[in-house]
Amino acid sequence: MTEQFSPPPSRGCSDTPVLKQRGQHEVFCGLTGIIWLHRKMQDAFFLVVGSRTCAHLLQSAAGVMIFAEPRFATAILEETDLAGMADAQQELDRVVSELLERRPDIKQLFIVGSCPSEVIKLDLATAAERMSAQFAPNVRVLSYSGSGIETTFTQGEDACLAAMVPVMPKTDARELLLVGALPDVVEEQAVGLLEAMGIGPIRVLPASRVNDEYGIGPNTLYALTQPFLTDTHEALQRRHAQHIAAPFPFGEEGTTAWLRAIADQFGVSDAKFAEVTDAPRARARKAVAQASEALRGKSVFFFPDSQLEIPLARFLTRECGMDAVEVGSPFIHRAVMAADLDLLAEGPTIAEGQDVDKQLDRCRDARPDLTVCGLGLANPLEAEGLTTKWAIELVFTPVHFYEQAGDLAGLFSRPVRRRDLLKLEAAE
Amino acid sequence: MKLTVWTYEGPPHVGAMRVATGMKDMHYVLHAPQGDTYADLLFTMIERRNHRPPVTYTTFQARDLGADTAYLFKDAATAAYERFKPEAMIVGASCTAELIQDDPGGLAETLGLPIPAIPLELPSYQRKENFGADETFYQIVKALATPMEKTARVTANLIGPTGLGFRHRDDIVEVTGLLMDMGIEVNVVAPMPASPSDIAKLGQAHFNVLMYPETAETAARYMEREFGQPYTKTVPIGVGATRDFVKEVAQIADVEPVLDDSRLRMPWYSASVDSTYLTGKRVFLFGDGTHVAACARIARDEMGFEVVGMGCYNREQARMLRGLATDYGVDALITDDYLEVERRIEELAPEMILGTQMERHIGKRLGIPCAVISAPVHVQDFPARYSPQMGIEGANVIFDTWVHPLVMGLEEHLLTMFREDFEFHDDAGASHHGHKAKLREMGIKEPSETGTVTPEPAQVNTGPVEIVWLPAAEKELKKIPFFVRGKAKRNTETFASERGVQEISVDTLYEAKAHYAR
Ligand code: SF4
Ligand code: SF4
Repeated sequence: MTEQFSPPPSRGCSDTPVLKQRGQHEVFCGLTGIIWLHRKMQDAFFLVVGSRTCAHLLQSAAGVMIFAEPRFATAILEETDLAGMADAQQELDRVVSELLERRPDIKQLFIVGSCPSEVIKLDLATAAERMSAQFAPNVRVLSYSGSGIETTFTQGEDACLAAMVPVMPKTDARELLLVGALPDVVEEQAVGLLEAMGIGPIRVLPASRVNDEYGIGPNTLYALTQPFLTDTHEALQRRHAQHIAAPFPFGEEGTTAWLRAIADQFGVSDAKFAEVTDAPRARARKAVAQASEALRGKSVFFFPDSQLEIPLARFLTRECGMDAVEVGSPFIHRAVMAADLDLLAEGPTIAEGQDVDKQLDRCRDARPDLTVCGLGLANPLEAEGLTTKWAIELVFTPVHFYEQAGDLAGLFSRPVRRRDLLKLEAAE
Repeated sequence: MKLTVWTYEGPPHVGAMRVATGMKDMHYVLHAPQGDTYADLLFTMIERRNHRPPVTYTTFQARDLGADTAYLFKDAATAAYERFKPEAMIVGASCTAELIQDDPGGLAETLGLPIPAIPLELPSYQRKENFGADETFYQIVKALATPMEKTARVTANLIGPTGLGFRHRDDIVEVTGLLMDMGIEVNVVAPMPASPSDIAKLGQAHFNVLMYPETAETAARYMEREFGQPYTKTVPIGVGATRDFVKEVAQIADVEPVLDDSRLRMPWYSASVDSTYLTGKRVFLFGDGTHVAACARIARDEMGFEVVGMGCYNREQARMLRGLATDYGVDALITDDYLEVERRIEELAPEMILGTQMERHIGKRLGIPCAVISAPVHVQDFPARYSPQMGIEGANVIFDTWVHPLVMGLEEHLLTMFREDFEFHDDAGASHHGHKAKLREMGIKEPSETGTVTPEPAQVNTGPVEIVWLPAAEKELKKIPFFVRGKAKRNTETFASERGVQEISVDTLYEAKAHYAR
């Protein structure tokens, strides 16, 4: 493929001062990640120790209840548990024993902390150690926090993966590790492309079963597939694994740059790289061009949600011809976001954290052509005449890599096309 | 600690949100962590509200806990007042904030806001959503309404409708019409869509229509005591209940019992011959106590079904429902454990479920048709069209809704006659539906593409003995129309296990059929 990307902007957003306001956040907590994590890890069960609110959140975020008995549940704290600590630990032991007895298919159990369990300082880490010892070798028990006082939405997945890193065996093998819970179809595509370049062995975190696990060590090279995996990144650093920094694999450009960064580490020749990627690149470019027709020249405004905002703004501005007005993200972690910030041309407001009412004011003033926001804000903004895209779909839908690049553009263009399509007024 | 998979009710502060969101010019300042903002989507997505719920969350974080979370609350309350200028506020804590004991009510008082700030004490670790709504409405009434001179003409308040309520929007219209026909005007409808100043006028009505005891019974009792307003005890869902309601209102208001039933089609639809197939259909009911009680009466007396079981998830109605179940000769199931409900349904193998969105899922899994009669409900139960549950039109709507999931009379016979016809086979489900019952989930293997049955026999675990379906019997089972197949399978397995038979043959199948013939 001879065609090149548009040159990187002369000034990216790396040095743009970040707008930080502290007010009401309108985001999910980290428990939400359980919805996709439990599908990915097929022998894992997620037990939230929390309140009725936590159970209700999981149910509302899942929206569709496909399974009579899914591999997650909430141990709801009751008045009696709040009275004395010793009781709560015993209660937890009882709940877990009953659960594991009933579900012998479970090989890893995640005890997930919530706001209430953290406020009453229920020590879930010790509980997990105790249970791990008790149920070894059949079941591995780990704990992490998905609480709203510690984590925002996708940080739940980060906390979960970060909890797995320290217990993985040690190895000196030179292996590639792909980090992030992706839909199987997407994961297979990535592995397929890399293997076609002769790269291997390739591991993924999280593995779909506990027995599929592998070791980690100084010769492990890892690439993040999601921008929110910053604690996992740090946990891997502590195990002396090497990070392959790259833009995130959204769109044709992001995917190519991400693959290229890995290929360079494994000494893949330009010819080989081109041989593997030329065809899917061309397909992706064509698909994006088609799907983004309705987006060209339009403006976009991001409310903070998943931490995917900056890479997606890069994709929408560089590959779909949009103008970013504001890019809000719950957190901006420079170490993993640098490459994307460099590619995002100077101009938009970069905001970290949130004061939702003030941000709504800015959004109404800007009247962007497309607003990317959470489910609580979408219909109210539509009713005010703004076109919106629900952010949560971006984490529930396969959007990474070449073959999904067109779908990704389509997710944004559909609401725009729909607004043009609907004619609900009288003809005259 | 209680292990919970799916819940029928949210926490009590969600009940308070339902009250606030239904109202106008009311604002709720909720001391809560950021994740609790998920509750907004219940209103904006499931109910398709076109505005944000009037709720400000303080969204405190871990790092605030060591310092001072109280100032966060005060800032949020002040900012919310400045921005939204409500007529009144309710203030309270979610489950997490309850643990840090900041006392939102006390804090709000120190702010000296020029509007009433009503404190809510909702014990998150003991109570649930319906309690939260009921208690919130009661506190609002207590704080804002005062005894007043009654209106010159006979008027009534309609109390109970909230945001996210199952068909509340349309029930209001229907009940307003019922009263109007008797010459009774509506004074205030609350909490939805009243404003605090409307609430202040509640006292001038002659009586209250308690539409939903789940959300307004405490307020009704309070107003009876304080304002001398009697309240209605009949919930007008179904033809008989609507007639009873009219009588009750006439008596309370001392007017003629007038009911315009010119648009009532339900009784004739139920009597017409096509409905013969509904006779004795075995139904199981589950939901909130009020809707289950009303629908049990419709099921038995107005549809001609056989009620084989009933239950409710809200303990507040347990006594009432137990009593009712005794009248129907069944056991009441009082639980908020979804798995327990599922087990009961599996045991009873009803031909139809009248339930909530939870039971719809159970029905889907077990291949049993289900119609929704009660909250919690999903987005498709907030239809665009007018579809009340109460009054005359409510009865019409209920007939249509309940019959819809069933295979219609004539079609039922055709399916039996042509059950092996390659085009008209029963796997397609009822002809007016897009989807089919999933057999695999019930432990029945579908024959492979070529029509031959998978070689390994299906194993089912029914208690101590492993029962195996022989391929021929399995194939025969497939010929039984899908809407009774689940029952046939269960019956056969029970029959076999009771007799210690480990392999089910075609003969076992038909012996069981003869055994259970009614
Ligand atoms: S069928 Fe069930 S899961 Fe699917 S949308 Fe409807 S209620 Fe939700
Ligand atoms: S924010 Fe906290 S209390 Fe609320 S659902 Fe999340 S973990 Fe539970």
